[in-house]
Amino acid sequence: MDTRGPIGREPRDAASDAPVVELTGITKRFGDLVANDRIELSLRRGEIHALLGENGAGKTTLMRILYGLTAPDAGEIRIDGRAVTIRSPKDAIAAGIGMVTQHFALVRPMTVAENLTLGRGRGVKLDLRRAEAAAREASERFGIRVRPDARVGDLSVGEQQRVEVLKALARDCRVLILDEPTAVLVPQEVDALFATLRRLAEGGMTVVFISHKLGEVLSITDRVTVLRRGRVAGTAETPDVGERTLAEMMVGRPTIGVTRRDKASRGRGVLRVDGLAAAGAHGLPALRDVSLEVAAGEIVGVAGVSGNGQTELVEVLSGTRRPTGGSIEVDGRRLGGRGVPEALGAGIGRIAEDRHASVVGDLSVAYNLVLERLDDFRRGGRLDQRAIRAHAQELIERFGIRARPDDPVRTLSGGNIQKVLLARVLSREPKVLVVSQPTRGLDVGATEYVRSQLLAQRARGAAILLVSEDLDELLTLADRLIVLYEGRVVGRLDVGEADPARLGLLMAGRDAEATSGAAA
Amino acid sequence: MIARRLGGLALPRRLGGMGSVVTAAPLLIPLAIAVTFVVTAAFVLVAGADPIQAYYRFLVEPLTSRFTLLEVLVTATPLLFTGAAVAIAFRAGYFNIGAEGQLLAGAIAAAGIGMVVGGLPAVLALPLMIAGGALAGALWALVPAVLRVRFRIDEVVTTLLLNPVAALVVSALLNGPWRDPQTGFPESPRIAESAVFPALLGRSRLHIGFVLALVVIAVAWFVLTRTPTGLRLRAVGSSPRAAAFAGLDVNGTLLRAALVSGAIAGVAGVSEVGGIQYRLTGGLSPGFGYTGIVVATLGGLTMPGVGLAALLLGDLRVGAGTAGRALGIPSQLGEIVQATLLLVTIGALALLAVRARRGSRDESATADTVSPGGPAGVQDAPLA
Amino acid sequence: MTFLLDVLTATLRNATPLAFGTVGETYSERAGVLNLGIEGTMYAGAFFGFATAYWTGYLELGLLAAVVVGLLAGGLMGLLTVTLGANQHVSGLGLTLFLIGVSEFVNRLAFGAGQRLRKIEPYPVIDPLGLGGLTSQYALTYVAFLLVVPLAWWILMRTRFGLALRAVGENPEAADAAGINVFRTRYAALMIGGALMGLGGAFFTLAALGTFTLDIIAGRGWVCVALVIFGRWGIWRAVAGALLFSFVYSLQLRLRILPGWEGVPFELLLALPYLVVIVALALSGRNVAYPGAYLKPYRRA
Repeated sequence: MDTRGPIGREPRDAASDAPVVELTGITKRFGDLVANDRIELSLRRGEIHALLGENGAGKTTLMRILYGLTAPDAGEIRIDGRAVTIRSPKDAIAAGIGMVTQHFALVRPMTVAENLTLGRGRGVKLDLRRAEAAAREASERFGIRVRPDARVGDLSVGEQQRVEVLKALARDCRVLILDEPTAVLVPQEVDALFATLRRLAEGGMTVVFISHKLGEVLSITDRVTVLRRGRVAGTAETPDVGERTLAEMMVGRPTIGVTRRDKASRGRGVLRVDGLAAAGAHGLPALRDVSLEVAAGEIVGVAGVSGNGQTELVEVLSGTRRPTGGSIEVDGRRLGGRGVPEALGAGIGRIAEDRHASVVGDLSVAYNLVLERLDDFRRGGRLDQRAIRAHAQELIERFGIRARPDDPVRTLSGGNIQKVLLARVLSREPKVLVVSQPTRGLDVGATEYVRSQLLAQRARGAAILLVSEDLDELLTLADRLIVLYEGRVVGRLDVGEADPARLGLLMAGRDAEATSGAAA
Repeated sequence: MIARRLGGLALPRRLGGMGSVVTAAPLLIPLAIAVTFVVTAAFVLVAGADPIQAYYRFLVEPLTSRFTLLEVLVTATPLLFTGAAVAIAFRAGYFNIGAEGQLLAGAIAAAGIGMVVGGLPAVLALPLMIAGGALAGALWALVPAVLRVRFRIDEVVTTLLLNPVAALVVSALLNGPWRDPQTGFPESPRIAESAVFPALLGRSRLHIGFVLALVVIAVAWFVLTRTPTGLRLRAVGSSPRAAAFAGLDVNGTLLRAALVSGAIAGVAGVSEVGGIQYRLTGGLSPGFGYTGIVVATLGGLTMPGVGLAALLLGDLRVGAGTAGRALGIPSQLGEIVQATLLLVTIGALALLAVRARRGSRDESATADTVSPGGPAGVQDAPLA
Repeated sequence: MTFLLDVLTATLRNATPLAFGTVGETYSERAGVLNLGIEGTMYAGAFFGFATAYWTGYLELGLLAAVVVGLLAGGLMGLLTVTLGANQHVSGLGLTLFLIGVSEFVNRLAFGAGQRLRKIEPYPVIDPLGLGGLTSQYALTYVAFLLVVPLAWWILMRTRFGLALRAVGENPEAADAAGINVFRTRYAALMIGGALMGLGGAFFTLAALGTFTLDIIAGRGWVCVALVIFGRWGIWRAVAGALLFSFVYSLQLRLRILPGWEGVPFELLLALPYLVVIVALALSGRNVAYPGAYLKPYRRA
């Protein structure tokens, strides 16, 4: 089979397009998961090359291998035609490769200059003044604004990313890898980043742009390689392909199977949130005056760039974060901010964004399934082992969990862990479902399963609040959408009137333009 | 035997040091024993003795006579208490390094009560003394526990620092108000006859403290593996975030585990005062609290494991005392073997954790079959 | 006046091993490893320093032995916590138990169980300024406060190595991505720290006492662990804490021999420094900013 797919092409002119980096036969297994399966990739000088794929397709793993952060099981790396062994980032840096990882590799208590000089230079002494001068010089040379004496921990995410890019550039890299660089940025910052990347590419830099967002890939890159489940689905010149083709290559089929049935007749309001306020991790206000209502048989989607209060909203509704103001009512009964047992008692079912922090990995599937309701499974002072096991057997069958009751949950795949959580929550038939990032990192099959379960709950009459960073997911599943920006609700719209462009403006906090855009 | 069991046992995240819990990889167990043997044999050779013979004397000979066998049980008694105390706390994710100080607090209370209950019959005096010692141990554990749950202050440092403080309190009492008026030695007067722990067998130091220790181990085993309380404790210890998410009272569980741990360590002190010393002395505990950490770790933080580990170390200590003299090997070899066993064990467990992370799902799943657990119903999770 | 001078003189002397210990522990912890092996490392430094000096007749070789023992102890801690990624609390305690056991084993083997103390002629007190009193100290005290502490601070805060050390303790992923060898840096920190701890222990036998007695460290290693947290991982602050601790300790030593103080339980005064550290921790409460990678072994994903 031609792994390059229908649109794969050979370089037009082999001489001028001699690859800077060539990866051949790269294979990496994690347990029984094949993250990278005999991957071939070549990068040319001065191009912006997209590495496109769904979550879990193996993009990050491949680039971590190139940057020496992950050791491949097999395969060869060639740089300028010479085979090299990259055992650590040190080797990669020496070979002219720089990488901006998704979780920034910055030391937060240190200054920008200290971070830039870390691991560099010669001699014993750390000359901070020289380091700051060098940082300033690099900042000017590459046109990337940073304050050398600022503490990284005090910088905004966008600023931190600039430090990361500058760090790679200051080491004279010829290949710059960026892992999902736009995930944390607002549109203005994205524009600035793209301008920088274009400038760098024109200067001969090879940029690898990891993304799962089609729009970005089409707007900025010269070539694109699509990964699907650890394999190369194809490589193409970006101008030659359209959004639909890329989407098909990414998911391996024309459309995603789950579709919402017709609009449910809106039932009575079950979850009512009024004027809710809460503080975030550093005590700063994260939610301000959030009001919303979810009716029975309705899915309300919450859109927003990550870090705009979604996490805190879910935590407050889940009972794991105390609100600082406002009220939450379920079926007209007001919750007193008394934590998880109260939320559970009120009929709220919770699927949190970090599923690994929602299960006790060392405990068995059976125990995890009853962890929220231990009092229902006791006989006298003892655990009712028989009932716990029967309960587990039943849910394992009903939700198709691929595990035995006694298996420790940590031995399960991500999709199966999500099924355990779904089973734990849905077996109680909650009136309200608070769901966050339910399909993040899941494969296509598990994704479909989770989405169909949510729709089944909607049909059953549950009131569902769905928080997702995946706009497609929101547009597929939700009846209505609200948009959070800096902890406030900045937009409310029916899914029918929501288009990505308008949502994007709302998410960037540009509600005036979004409204005028909608009016136009 | 201990070592073989260790294969199936697993430690919570913090003890393994790595993200996932350890399950057996049988090859590493003999390796761990071999490493321990080689390291400690070097010391035997330095002392000019034959390692094989030394090990026979250390480990086997104590089991061959009635007297030494009972001495093994006597020596194991405080270790059963402190091992159980440490294991319970560690299982809850509370790193109580203060069993030594809690033991001393319990001993102080036991001596204080024991000296004044002369008028009471033993059936009242003994429970009073045990309860007092448990309370004192729990109180000694209270401040670090509160600091941990309220302010997230690392309990390792605070529990550790209270150990020398407890030793100083003992010393202050023995040099001050409790100094024996008859002898003038820095020892407290003898406790009342009714407060002395009855002997279990004639011509032996074995006392009811041993039985009490076995009861504590059995009850702790039942609670940990068979009750909702135990399941909550294990969930909190293994993954506090997930436990909190499921609505479990993480802080309350930690606090209770810390206090119960302190109370059991306190009873260890009662048992030494009531069963061995009959008074408060400065040399009451040659580090029983610290050895409890060794016992708990070797026992895989399970109660059957703690029982076996305490017996093994009791055996080793008795052997080090008697056989050491015969062979001219300093009895401190016992401490070296103990510490080496501990280091090799946690090293091997960490190695297993790395392998478990790398290994496939099937590999780790089959390894679970080694784990001890209930015969019926839902099997115990691999002692996480 | 002479009383206060006496106390201050003793303060500097008694703070010397603590200064070595806190600086060593600070190095370990800033690199992300809590080294509870400190108590045993100081103990082994004291014993092997003494034994070497006793056997060879050279105090300098005793110091060297203490340094070597410290390096080895730090390396063993590195093997357990850095290479194997074992739990740091248990590794450190195990290391302490091991080193104390080994020291006492060799002590018994070499010097027997006899009551007779083996003595060496220890380092004398020197007074380079000739002022008497405060300046009349052991050379090691001068070395500690005028050389080791400032130099350790300079290395940690003003050299590339120090920057790398702090980086692997705060964010090993970042340090790794920047091309720093996390393992090697942590080993270096642990071994330097171990050497300093060994020297701190050797101060007792080679300067202060001239002999080795059982339980010679008597929990001072644990005090250092507390002082490092008390000083929030700053070298100067930790050393200031060591001086404070030592001041209280020296004060009670002096008060104890004054008439009219016989009935006072000095043990409680001795316990004060431990309690002060606990209270200080309680007061600083949630604000204690531990090194980012404290207690965390590093593994590439």
